[in-house]
Amino acid sequence: MKLTLHIWRQRSTSEKGRMVSYEMADANEHMSFLEMLDVLNEQLIGRGDDPVAFDHDCREGICGSCGFMINGIAHGPRSGTTICQLHMRHFKNGDELWLEPWRATAFPIVKDLAVNRSAFDRIIQAGGYITTPTGNAIDGNAIAIPKEDSERAMDAAACIGCGACVAACPNASASLFTGAKISHLGLLPQGQPERNGRALRMVQIAQEETFGNCTNIGECEAVCPKNISLEVIARMNRDFLRGSFLWRSGSGGDGG
Amino acid sequence: MRLDSKTPSGPVEKRWDNCKFENKLVNPANKRKYSVIVVGSGLAGGSAAATLAELGYNVKCFCFQDTPRRAHSIAAQGGINAAKNYQNDGDSIYRLFYDTVKGGDFRARESNVYRLAQISVNIVDQCVAQGVPFAREYGGTLANRSFGGAQVSRTFYARGQTGQQLLLGAYSALSRQIGEGRVEMHPRTEMLDLIVIDGKARGIVSRNLISGQIEIHLADAVVLGTGGYGNVFYLSTNAKGSNATAIWRAHKRGALFANPCYTQIHPTCIPVSGDYQSKLTLMSESLRNDGRIWVPLNKGDKRVPDQIPESERDYYLERRYPSFGNLVPRDVASRNAKNCCDEGRGVGETGLGVYLDFAESIQRLGQHVVRERYGNLFEMYERITGEDPYKVPMRIYPAIHYTMGGLWVDYQLQSTIPGLFVIGEANFSDHGANRLGASALMQGLADGYFILPYTLGNYLASNKLEKVSTDHPDCKQALEQASVSTKKLLAINGKRTVDSFHRELGKIIWDHCGMARTGEGLREALQQVPALRQEFWSNVKVAGGPEEFNQSLEKAGRVADFLELGELMCRDALERNESCGGHFREEYQTPDGEALRNDEEYSYVAAWEWKGPNQAQELVKEPLNFEYVHPSQRSYK
Ligand SMILES: Cc1cc2nc3c(=O)[nH]c(=O)nc-3n(C[C@H](O)[C@H](O)[C@H](O)COP(=O)(O)OP(=O)(O)OC[C@H]3O[C@@H](n4cnc5c(N)ncnc54)[C@H](O)[C@@H]3O)c2cc1C
Ligand code: FES
Repeated sequence: MKLTLHIWRQRSTSEKGRMVSYEMADANEHMSFLEMLDVLNEQLIGRGDDPVAFDHDCREGICGSCGFMINGIAHGPRSGTTICQLHMRHFKNGDELWLEPWRATAFPIVKDLAVNRSAFDRIIQAGGYITTPTGNAIDGNAIAIPKEDSERAMDAAACIGCGACVAACPNASASLFTGAKISHLGLLPQGQPERNGRALRMVQIAQEETFGNCTNIGECEAVCPKNISLEVIARMNRDFLRGSFLWRSGSGGDGG
Repeated sequence: MRLDSKTPSGPVEKRWDNCKFENKLVNPANKRKYSVIVVGSGLAGGSAAATLAELGYNVKCFCFQDTPRRAHSIAAQGGINAAKNYQNDGDSIYRLFYDTVKGGDFRARESNVYRLAQISVNIVDQCVAQGVPFAREYGGTLANRSFGGAQVSRTFYARGQTGQQLLLGAYSALSRQIGEGRVEMHPRTEMLDLIVIDGKARGIVSRNLISGQIEIHLADAVVLGTGGYGNVFYLSTNAKGSNATAIWRAHKRGALFANPCYTQIHPTCIPVSGDYQSKLTLMSESLRNDGRIWVPLNKGDKRVPDQIPESERDYYLERRYPSFGNLVPRDVASRNAKNCCDEGRGVGETGLGVYLDFAESIQRLGQHVVRERYGNLFEMYERITGEDPYKVPMRIYPAIHYTMGGLWVDYQLQSTIPGLFVIGEANFSDHGANRLGASALMQGLADGYFILPYTLGNYLASNKLEKVSTDHPDCKQALEQASVSTKKLLAINGKRTVDSFHRELGKIIWDHCGMARTGEGLREALQQVPALRQEFWSNVKVAGGPEEFNQSLEKAGRVADFLELGELMCRDALERNESCGGHFREEYQTPDGEALRNDEEYSYVAAWEWKGPNQAQELVKEPLNFEYVHPSQRSYK
């Protein structure tokens, strides 16, 4: 299979980038997309050129390292699939593909297709946890959790933090990511004590990190490789409102 | 050198309590005065860093990924063991201990394994409290499944994403500490060397993977939770970045490396499809709860699976091991698959595959139940192979998955370098010659949450640690050495890429030090690996420069280490003239093809001491004693 690839090349955060075109003659349908890029990189190194930088690690769709735009779609054309799980059999001979990094002010480009997503970590640091120091836990079966609640919490907890939601959103909003964590913890009894304050702090930090607001466009849900539902944003907004109300009324964000 | 395992005395069930009582404590106000470096943010490193910071220590944590949440632990699928006996099926701490010692083919330290089984119970509680959404029954209690090598149901799981959920739990605890300023996190930073001053581990040399800057970080103790070395094989189920650099370079600074030849081949992975292939994908062992493994009865039967009648199928595990059936331990399942393929009964285009068939379970339980249990694994399989496992049986083949070997540690998890602690897959401690499924997550979290925080305190309280500065000659030497070797790699400018060397190394190790080993093959590998290493250092081509984001350079450094470690693995395998667990020497087997141990001569831990570049390493033995579980020929029949 022969392909034409137009790839965003940028040496570092501070330098300017540009699209560069490559002819890829040695792709085949059994390869994954990243394996196709491996082949390209081997050729580039052989020619003494700089290989294309992209983040990846597990190549199983779970670590959330990989991700870039293929023809303007985050993680490419197959829904519910990360780039590392996307296979070349979904492309055809002669295809022309444009590969670009996630674009968002909050995600500066590190090099080529790799970006800096540490803003996501800072959102979690602001409250994406349950305060339970090691060694203080009660028996795992002491609190019965309805199967349905635990399944719904798991649906939200499946988020891999890849950043596709931000890249797809015209506002570069991190609401799907933030909402997923707030929902995961907020759906469980263990998450109740800190629920309101958590939403309040995480949403505030997301704004400080220059992520935009959610205007219900839904592009995030469409590209999410883990099919996280927009419902998590509704939950986030509700918890945020409750949190701000309680905070203003002086009873503190936490506790609610 | 003599190895002292520092195993506490007393009955096995009291040893950990005794040890904790005897260990010295650092008083709360003094903890603030100590600093600890934790390299690794997986289950082991992440849980350790969070817990140490909670206790009050100043922690610096490092990982090479862009965030701690992406450590390779994230990929674990099937589950985590705990001896809770929630199912009332006869489980107990003693049974988990027994199963693990037996599963490890009597090559692990009893005291360590007992402690692991004891702590397993607390781990699940801790994770539930953090909000890990484990699977639940309709009544709201925790659900369990079974894993290989056990006849009870003690595995806790979160769909097929248990590692992800446990790691996100540890990551959230770590994030809380980072947010509160008690952990300084260094993502995209790789440890290149260990700094040893006056015989004690005092810091690391690291490279910032974005700027390329090489730096020194000092502390009162160093903890490595850097994972396993399965990527020696190039194709493995490990994440692409998983590497041995941290433990290998610590080894070269004096930490003994134990049992390097004990590697685990996982029976259920998606078969290799072509030579561009970059990694192998595991299909969780939990699938063996409901999937039946078979090959055609007759050699060369190329019919599609549904054309092969029941009477012409060989459910070989159920036939040979009636009491464990499809749930025999991994080493046994892998070897049997290999044997079937060697006999010409393998399936798929390459003939290197066996079927894992769900037709019967789908009929018995309904497709919705199978989907609920394994949905994401089925999807992953479909995505990779283009085949729908609800309709046709999966094709699977063994692949390298886990490394039981690692840096030698005593009962306190301290290596042979004082002040260097090693946790998780990076150490050798608890799994002997074969790890049981769902026990790695358990070990990583036991080490990080519950063991290290006690034993590290004991070290700090019992040693007087002088202040050191980056001007110390040992620091300067380590820094200089790291930048020289980086420059050296870039200067070679030869003809072959790093990956091409790595693939070739992987093939040698897979062929000669993989699922089945022979003295002859190992001797051959011991010629081939050093030759390849020599070629690497004269003919590798590494792109780019030292002071930039350079993935080609990162790989080169890691492969350079694999080229040394691979040789030691073969050496260790050659030296061990017996078969045990994952180490199967064809010369040593029972008449029906099971591993034949030699307890008289080989009931020891083989720990290797680095003697300098291109020098033979020296073998130091730690004898193993079994007071509780008496070594017997493992039988799963
Ligand atoms: C596909 C798969 C499925 C599995 N499923 C299960 C299962 O169901 N149950 C089970 O019990 N076990 C399972 N395992 C095994 C288990 O996941 C691992 O053994 C375990 O997660 C290892 O954890 P760790 O914390 O020791 O290391 P890792 O999670 O590998 O973490 C290593 C850390 O060290 C860092 N690091 C490494 N080298 C350096 C360096 N030089 N400099 C700086 N940082 C470095 C990395 O960035 C990372 O943060 C599975 C393994 C695989 C591959
Ligand atoms: S590389 Fe891990 S999700 Fe793609």
